[in-house]
Amino acid sequence: MEERYFNDISYKQFLNEERLMGSRCKGCGTLCFPPRPICTNCYSTDMEWAELKGNGKLAGFSSIFVPPAFMAEEGFDRKHPYVVGVVELEEGVRAVGRIVGVDANRPETIKIGTPVKAEFIHFGEGDQMRTHLAFRPVEGGAS
Amino acid sequence: MGEKRKLGRGVCIVGAGMSRFDMYKDKDSKQLFAEAFKECIDSVDKGIDPKEIQAMWLGNFTNDFFIHQGHWGPIISDLLGLPPKPATRTEGACASSTLAVKDAAYAIASGMYDIVLAGGVEEMSKISTEAVSEGLALAGSPYEVYEGFTFPAVFGAIATAYFAKYGATWEDLNYVTVKSHENAKLNPKAQFNMTIKDIMNLRIEKYKKKGQPVPEWKDEYEALRDPRFNPVVAWPMRLFDCCPISDGAACVLLVAEEIAHMFTDHPIYIIGMGQGSGRALHDCPSLTSLEANKHAAKEAYEMAGLTPKDIQFAEVHDCFSIAELIHIEDLGFCKEGTAYRFVREGGTRLNGPMPINTSGGLKCKGHPVGATGAAQMVEVWHQLRGEAGPRQIPNGDLHIGASQNLGGTGGTCTFMIFSNEK
Repeated sequence: MEERYFNDISYKQFLNEERLMGSRCKGCGTLCFPPRPICTNCYSTDMEWAELKGNGKLAGFSSIFVPPAFMAEEGFDRKHPYVVGVVELEEGVRAVGRIVGVDANRPETIKIGTPVKAEFIHFGEGDQMRTHLAFRPVEGGAS
Repeated sequence: MGEKRKLGRGVCIVGAGMSRFDMYKDKDSKQLFAEAFKECIDSVDKGIDPKEIQAMWLGNFTNDFFIHQGHWGPIISDLLGLPPKPATRTEGACASSTLAVKDAAYAIASGMYDIVLAGGVEEMSKISTEAVSEGLALAGSPYEVYEGFTFPAVFGAIATAYFAKYGATWEDLNYVTVKSHENAKLNPKAQFNMTIKDIMNLRIEKYKKKGQPVPEWKDEYEALRDPRFNPVVAWPMRLFDCCPISDGAACVLLVAEEIAHMFTDHPIYIIGMGQGSGRALHDCPSLTSLEANKHAAKEAYEMAGLTPKDIQFAEVHDCFSIAELIHIEDLGFCKEGTAYRFVREGGTRLNGPMPINTSGGLKCKGHPVGATGAAQMVEVWHQLRGEAGPRQIPNGDLHIGASQNLGGTGGTCTFMIFSNEK
């Protein structure tokens, strides 16, 4: 896997493999998620892969009642909204993804700071596979 | 480095015009720009022969996607009879036409040209709402769009973070919305030139006609809390928190300061210009502030030698109600985390200490994205010349106004400061 470029194509391939991968600069140690081909701290291009655990806290969210076309194809509409959010990962970087296991129709019940864990939602197979990142509240996690 | 920023020579606005913003079945981009241009040249006090215009900059975000036609610089130049003079299109998503004005100002300041037209146009309403959303999402960050974020959802997420951090609530945003509609009622160019009470009355009449139960709303705030009147789009953003889909055009005529007197005795001076770029939402240093805004403000304040206290009124990019709060904090008009209280207390109303979006803002004036930045300047032009009619700011000593424009979800932010005095 170390042969892959540190870019969005590799990032999505890793999502297909259910791995959350960022890049760490070998020069200065800066962690980037998703990965970057060049370090914006020291401008080295000497990178190594860093796997993130996928544990974090919800930092912001929205429940979407008017979906874009590709989400409507999944069956989401005004009566079936879905939630997206920004998550602060324990490694100190943020991620965006869907928030599952919450009541999208009652977004007032969703709380900022809720502990969440990463999940992977797959569509299609083989070369056609694409994977979306999701986060689910941790059972029994303190909110 | 470190010295005061300034232009090589001064630049003034000597004419400004815009089409009415609305959803038009029978008007296209060329029609709308012709209307804006005609109003602009007619507004030049001592007149101008359009053949004297030496170059043009035109902001357009994505007519390529909306109506499958690109390369709008020469199309509009041709419309106005300006070929073979140069026409350049600028693209900064919803900030495209402020970039056009900035680049035109640089061209004059450099000494290359003396008389330049700058504006913007967008034609959005001839395709479905879903397709418009998809087109606008071209300006989003790839990561957010991929995971199903829409533009209202990005600002919804910002709102939830803002509420959690500062203790504000969605109800506070309604003071932005009510104010925008009150101002737009006084602006005949606005797509929604009516108050929320006007809309409530229209809705009640519709229910009566259809024999449906008629709601008894005590006031605007109660109507806005009613999901039948104000449904959720992307929590916590409801319909009335979001700007509409619009068609429209706007432009300004810029000239070198030394020749401004040939066109008018009341030019508007560009005294500050700033621009910043931003990151994807997950990489922003803060979810409740836009670093591109702060950088744009810093550049413009440095060039003008002014501070936020010196700005007497501003048009800001209220694509969503929460954005108005973020902007007025980022620009320094309010301390971070306090804008919602300032707005609730009436601070941004037409008769308040810091009028914001006297035009009705994007929410009510409309938001044909590529035209918005220039249209904000049209409003500042009217206010600084005392020609804003019933929505003229009641301040006999009005000298300094500003416009703030945002592209994408903060990828491009601009801040422009104008004065009616040298």
